[in-house]
Amino acid sequence: MSNPLISARGLTKKFGDFTAVNGIDFDVFKGESFGFLGPNGAGKSTAMRIIGATSQRTSGTISILGKDPEVHGPQIRAHLGVVPQQDSLDMHLSVAENLYIYGRYFGLPRAFVKGKVDELLAFAQLEEKRDAKVETLSGGMKRRLTIARALVSEPEILMLDEPTTGLDPQARHILWDRLFRLKEQGVTLLITTHFMDEAEQLCDRLIVMDKGSIMAEGNPASLIKDYSTKEVLEVRFGSDRNQGMADQLRTMCDRIEELPDRVLMYTEDGEALLEKIYAANMHPKTSLVRRSSLEDVFLRLTGRTLIE
Amino acid sequence: MSLTTIRQGSLVLVNTARVQSRGALYVAQARTRQMMKWIWMILGIAIANPVLYLISVGIGLGGLIDESVGPVGVDGVKYLTFLAPALLAQAAIQGTMDETVYPTLEGFKWHKTFYSMNATPLTGTQISFGIFLTSLFRAFYTVVLYFGVMWAFGVLESPRAWLAIPTAIFAGASFGALMQALAGKLEDENIFFVVLGRFVMMPLFMFSGTFFPLTSMPFFLQWIGWISPLWHATELGRHLTYGHVVSPTMMWVHFIFLGIMLVLGLFFSARIFTKRLAK
Repeated sequence: MSNPLISARGLTKKFGDFTAVNGIDFDVFKGESFGFLGPNGAGKSTAMRIIGATSQRTSGTISILGKDPEVHGPQIRAHLGVVPQQDSLDMHLSVAENLYIYGRYFGLPRAFVKGKVDELLAFAQLEEKRDAKVETLSGGMKRRLTIARALVSEPEILMLDEPTTGLDPQARHILWDRLFRLKEQGVTLLITTHFMDEAEQLCDRLIVMDKGSIMAEGNPASLIKDYSTKEVLEVRFGSDRNQGMADQLRTMCDRIEELPDRVLMYTEDGEALLEKIYAANMHPKTSLVRRSSLEDVFLRLTGRTLIE
Repeated sequence: MSLTTIRQGSLVLVNTARVQSRGALYVAQARTRQMMKWIWMILGIAIANPVLYLISVGIGLGGLIDESVGPVGVDGVKYLTFLAPALLAQAAIQGTMDETVYPTLEGFKWHKTFYSMNATPLTGTQISFGIFLTSLFRAFYTVVLYFGVMWAFGVLESPRAWLAIPTAIFAGASFGALMQALAGKLEDENIFFVVLGRFVMMPLFMFSGTFFPLTSMPFFLQWIGWISPLWHATELGRHLTYGHVVSPTMMWVHFIFLGIMLVLGLFFSARIFTKRLAK
């Protein structure tokens, strides 16, 4: 395999007594879409800020494009496109102006940036909003503009911190589509998310983080295979009865997880398991058979759900 | 719908050395573009402010004062002539303060734009210098317009009165740089504005020898003037516009005081910006 674009060993960041990132190791290769999956406060954004060469690590090593961010911050940032969790757009300027000034921050020539702005407006489906003030845009439009802004310098690595948090399903799908296009063009993507469907859709490979540490690493399918069963049966007996049924249910499958509102049963064949439950004269109020997801991987690794 | 041009990649496109040498100018360009959105309001204030002040205080109150002090005048000149250089310096100080404090709070807190700027090759130092440079632009046209109004009111007696323009901008720069450093430290701006308005700006304006010579204050209150950039700038402005007597030593003191304030302000501002962005 070629040399990694990003390589971290024992990467640690502390804020006083609090350890936000706790000695993590990872490599990201050119053209891959790499994800950090974990709940809020897992240390994903902190890790992203260190990779983004804006926050300094406490210990460990990290190399981005062959350089140390502590020494070559501006030289590294010149080749990154950053989509922060908060859009941080310039509210006083129009949509096109936001793209233009950002291009100038990279020292790009005026004529080049002007052409690039038209191209990015088309990419972000914001041509009609070209002269609109940013504050009049919807959440999804602002997000697309922030992504377009990050692309103005044609970065080697595009970093997206929680790209679709707070967006409605339709806006999320438009955004995912845009990110797929970039991936097809060979842009290396770095994504943090606490949505398992987003991680499954967008990431070739990911690390599951919790409390600053890496719990597991791999591609979505292999993680599911390694840490969960093929299918999951979700049964609800009513909040007062779920717990009482748990002991009996546990004997019927590989593993169960008791959540406040439902019991998750891990099995290779959900339908067969459901039949077994009915045959045992247990009658859940509702039931659902689904594929295992990264949410189940996280639950298995940490005993907690991603969104609490 | 798709990216039409061929992707060259940032490794080809971005010239980091160029950003290193011109980064602050790029920030200033962007900030000026913002300022242009409300330029008419800024220009309106820049003209209305001196006209209203010079008419009400200078002519209205000045008429009464001139009548009571007689031909000796205040510091040997008409009250309006005495007052105008102080107001000129005050306008520069207010202008740079507005253009350093508000953008700094906006950049760090309200819109967090400094963080997205810092995600480019720009550094904290360049962002702080860029904001500061733009504040000088505002100070420049505020002072030039003010100076024009002073000329129209006939209060410029010395042929080298125009030198009061760079002097006032210099004072504005010194105060603005320091306020920018302070604003960079702020977490809670509400208390700051109350304190700034009532306990800093107002006393500075009232006790810097603006409306009367500093020496007519009781000695224990004169220190407010000594530490006030407004007093130092006013002394220089009076010297330049109508020949108020300032000893060569004091001339140096005024310039050095403002110079030190400027250097410290810029130094701490760059440092504070860099640290806060790296948090």
